[in-house]
Amino acid sequence: MSLELSEPLQKVVDSLSEKFSDQLIEVYQSSGDTFVRIESSALIEVCTFLKNECGFIYLSDIIGTDRYTSDERFEVIYNLLSFKEQARIFLKVWCDEENPELESVTKIWPGANWNEREVFDMYGVRFKNHPDFRRIFLPEDFDYFPLRKEFPLLGIPGSIELPNTTPDTD
Amino acid sequence: MGLESALGEGYLTTKVDSMVNWARANAAWPMPMGLACCAIEMMAFAGPKYDAARFGSEVMRFSPRQSDVMIVAGWCTYKMSHAIRRIWDQMPDPKWCIAMGACASTGGMHRCYGVVQGVDNFLPVDTYISGCPPRPDAVLHALMKIQDKIKTEHSVMLDT
Repeated sequence: MSLELSEPLQKVVDSLSEKFSDQLIEVYQSSGDTFVRIESSALIEVCTFLKNECGFIYLSDIIGTDRYTSDERFEVIYNLLSFKEQARIFLKVWCDEENPELESVTKIWPGANWNEREVFDMYGVRFKNHPDFRRIFLPEDFDYFPLRKEFPLLGIPGSIELPNTTPDTD
Repeated sequence: MGLESALGEGYLTTKVDSMVNWARANAAWPMPMGLACCAIEMMAFAGPKYDAARFGSEVMRFSPRQSDVMIVAGWCTYKMSHAIRRIWDQMPDPKWCIAMGACASTGGMHRCYGVVQGVDNFLPVDTYISGCPPRPDAVLHALMKIQDKIKTEHSVMLDT
């Protein structure tokens, strides 16, 4: 598979494959974007490297995906942007269904805080060492993760309370 | 006003009910509960072109304690439903409710776990407006329906 990478991205991919040869699983392009999949154990090292050495100072988004496979079911995608090189790279990690857990990148990009909470809210992927780890959209006592494939479209009846419609009487 | 010239030196007999209903129907101040794009049409409904003031809905009151008609404009999440119900409970009786647009009436295209499938799940809705979003004329129509409804009410009862 030949990649048609721009010069700055080629440099990034080269240095990644040199420095993290064991943790780098695949590099591919799709719709004009570059995707790099790594071992989840190397997440912090790779992110630190990308930010400090390659200029990806801006974490534009964190996306969760339910791949609905028997092993390594969940995927978390980090959308990184380098203003200096005007380059974008998507960093992917996979995690298990049983105990989906990743290291939080809030130490590297503080803006990851809410994005990670959103991924947890929707998919149940936990982030270790997150400063304020709780749900972001759904009620605290909600028991399900609604963007998982097995979750019904209309939700579980009665899982979120409606307000009391009986008027208060004195 | 024009009333004196019509009556001349005469007088007028009526029922207290009709008088009160007439007053109530022509002073239904809306409480805007703008939740989504319907709110834009609701603003047009209150603005100079469609001019809800012609029907006595003189001003939008952003305080529930000064308003009579709640217009729920837009899709309502389960989280928001508690806030809406609380504001509704703060409105003084008598009060009416318009579910504006497909989302407020039935959940509309938001057929999912987070959106209440129609605000009538927790509010006593008087008029539903179809449309996505409805035109301001449709909101005026709903207001006129509510006025009709008010005029048929027995609002004053003999206290025995």
